[in-house]
Amino acid sequence: MLLILGVVLFPAGVMVYNSTRDISISGVDKGSAGFANYVEVFSFPYFWPILGRTVVWVVVVVGVTVVLSLGIAQILDKAFPGRRLVRMVVIIPWAASVVMTTMVVYYGLEPYFGIINRFLVDVGLVDTPEGYGWTRNAETAFAWAVIVAIFVSLPFTTYTILAGLATIPTETLEAAKVDGASPARSYLTVVLPQLRGALSVAVLINIINVFNSLPILKVMTGSIPGYDADTVMTMIFKYIQNQHKVDVASALSVVAFVIVLVIVAVYVRVVRPMREV
Amino acid sequence: MTSATASRSIRRRRYTSDQVPLGRVLLRMLGGLVVLVVFVLPYTIMFFGSVKTKAQIRSVEPTYFPREWHWENYLTMWSTPETPLVQNLISTIVIASCATVLALLVAVPAAYYTARFRFPGRFAFLALVITTQMLQPAVLTSGLFRQFVALGMHDTWAAMILTNAAFNLAFTVWILHSFFASIPREIDEAAQLDGAGRLATLFRINLPLVWPGLVTAIVFTFVAAWNEFAASLVILSTAGNQPLSVALTKFVGQYETSWQYVFGISIVAIVPVVVLFMLIEKRLVGGLATGGVK
Repeated sequence: MLLILGVVLFPAGVMVYNSTRDISISGVDKGSAGFANYVEVFSFPYFWPILGRTVVWVVVVVGVTVVLSLGIAQILDKAFPGRRLVRMVVIIPWAASVVMTTMVVYYGLEPYFGIINRFLVDVGLVDTPEGYGWTRNAETAFAWAVIVAIFVSLPFTTYTILAGLATIPTETLEAAKVDGASPARSYLTVVLPQLRGALSVAVLINIINVFNSLPILKVMTGSIPGYDADTVMTMIFKYIQNQHKVDVASALSVVAFVIVLVIVAVYVRVVRPMREV
Repeated sequence: MTSATASRSIRRRRYTSDQVPLGRVLLRMLGGLVVLVVFVLPYTIMFFGSVKTKAQIRSVEPTYFPREWHWENYLTMWSTPETPLVQNLISTIVIASCATVLALLVAVPAAYYTARFRFPGRFAFLALVITTQMLQPAVLTSGLFRQFVALGMHDTWAAMILTNAAFNLAFTVWILHSFFASIPREIDEAAQLDGAGRLATLFRINLPLVWPGLVTAIVFTFVAAWNEFAASLVILSTAGNQPLSVALTKFVGQYETSWQYVFGISIVAIVPVVVLFMLIEKRLVGGLATGGVK
């Protein structure tokens, strides 16, 4: 029986081992260099803008995702013909590869032949007939990456909220109705508080996922030179792949990991998503 | 709450709630329709794109619908020069399948054991499982890369199978743990009185009972491994070893991207996993309620 525990602990242990290795690698590689890699990370002139952009990335994506998901979940929780179909469809971006979803949008935004550009020209939002080079400059590419990130985060969030909605006893809503509460009021004061558990978990997992998200930005902004659309995560991969500085990348990974850890710790403290484990 | 009771309570509310005025139903349908369109749109673009010719898809006056349907793209795309797609597809399948099997082989006994027995360090173990769920391949990639280089395993399927299995283990153990925990211990005792051994109790008595949880765990792990990107990007450097998710990014930023092939292979890669996911749609709600939310 202890054998089983050993078998399980091994991969988990390897992971923890890896995460500690991260730190030691930067030390081992450079030998006595000590904190040199960390110094390089922090002294990189784009580091603080990148960190700021990461914060914007996480806050905007998670925030908008949660608000939209609340709306979608509200629709999907009600009975109407075709509801099952809509529920099925909402799953697609969850199951579909994020890379592939992003690629479609990237193609759509191409000037001259992209479909989204064509549409924006057709409805008169873009003046130039060839469309706009959204993916050619950092700000707009980043903005579209945010949109894609929200899109792919919606299914999980919506389903978690749906799970939360399913646990709310109908009696509480009926009671609110009897007491003469308007739909808006009963939503705010009866439904939302009971969604607290589901919501806080959805937000927590979204924060982790969005912070760690690489493929969307990699596809959307990867071909733009410079560091004006990078987050901490894409920067790690630029260190590894473009500059072959695994040691500096490791240092930044550790920084990233500490950031996630701090965010999660603060969040768990404040919101207490897992009351009992 | 188990998935079964969760979905049953939804259904009860769906059909026996008080009569809803027609106007409101229509409004809901309209809302549903908007959601439907938004979620299907990118994949429709993908599909239409996959049956256009290169000239059509790159034409300066793009058409929303394909003028004629070039199904042969689905045959010709396999020999596109950008990347060995056939090998990419094979490695995606091999990595995802093996990782799923490996994760289950480890997770089932682990979840059963933690749900059934109190042993020293049980809490620490479960806490560890949760912590690993917070870690993601992306954060650990540089560490993983160094480790696999040290082991001489970088650029191999085995490395990615281990990585994917390990990173999905947490979720799998967690969800199975809650399912095993919901089975009354008396059933085990009854089986053992009847002379069943420990393994027989697990495989013949418990596994059939946690089947829904097992399916959910399998699908989740498989889909996650199927779409994994960050670690594969760094660890697998040979084009033939890379999974589709990584291989496809090579098309981006090329001067003459063969978008019709990108979309063709995307459709081929997306349809099976979407179908898998849809099969467990009902359980997503229940599974999340037991596995994730609690």
